[in-house]
Amino acid sequence: MSVQVRIPTILRTHTGGQKLVTGEGDSLAKLFDSLDAQHAGLKGRVVTDEGTLHRFVNVYINDEDVRFIGGLDAALADGDQVTILPAVAGGM
Amino acid sequence: MSHALSEAFWPHRAACTLACVLRIAHELVEAMVAHARADHPDEACGLIAGPEGTGEPKRHIPMINAARSTTFYEFDSEEWKQVYDQMWDNDEEVVVAYHSHTHTEAYPSRSDAGIASQLGLPGAHYVLVTTKDPDVAEVRAFRIADEVITEEPIEVTGAPEAVQSYKFAHTPDSTVYDCS
Repeated sequence: MSVQVRIPTILRTHTGGQKLVTGEGDSLAKLFDSLDAQHAGLKGRVVTDEGTLHRFVNVYINDEDVRFIGGLDAALADGDQVTILPAVAGGM
Repeated sequence: MSHALSEAFWPHRAACTLACVLRIAHELVEAMVAHARADHPDEACGLIAGPEGTGEPKRHIPMINAARSTTFYEFDSEEWKQVYDQMWDNDEEVVVAYHSHTHTEAYPSRSDAGIASQLGLPGAHYVLVTTKDPDVAEVRAFRIADEVITEEPIEVTGAPEAVQSYKFAHTPDSTVYDCS
């Protein structure tokens, strides 16, 4: 099973500058494990040590924000596209 | 670091990581200020995109503040994905990420810097607009990386002779009316 992943600018240091990489896995958690094997350090920028998504990162499967479809347990199908984006936020 | 050396280190981007200049059209500054005024007293937020690799701000994209707050802002995740898809298809990048402060000065807060440093928009100019003065908004630009905030001057292009709706200020003590 192959899934394309769009990498935001800030994480391209982990992918040798590539915007688009390919990973494997039938869940988001497995996909990040597969990505980390090829692109060291990538998973740690997105997933906490406790195994949850970092608060200020958005991950989408196709157009769905994964927070609403099971987080790291969200299922992936062949041909899905995953997008990682920084959450843009702040306050006074 | 010389400009040529900077480009050697950052071949995909002419912009530098230390203080640079934000060169921006007057109309785009007016558009950010108008958005900040329209959403006042809530914080407003948005982007200006430009062709990838150029660092030139071209396309204003006002965003929804999903927090709908006077003290906090956050892009709506669904809208952000749609905007990113358009930018991806157009080979655009974020050149300016802006938001407003409605009661405080136009300087990044601790949470602004902290969140931008965790997973931010490298290469983007972070622009702050304050609407605390009802008549004249103040606009300032910064780089934020590793929780270090570096202010940079704004060079406006195509400005009319007199600008009433905004001013630039590099420090609270030395206001510079770039457009007078």
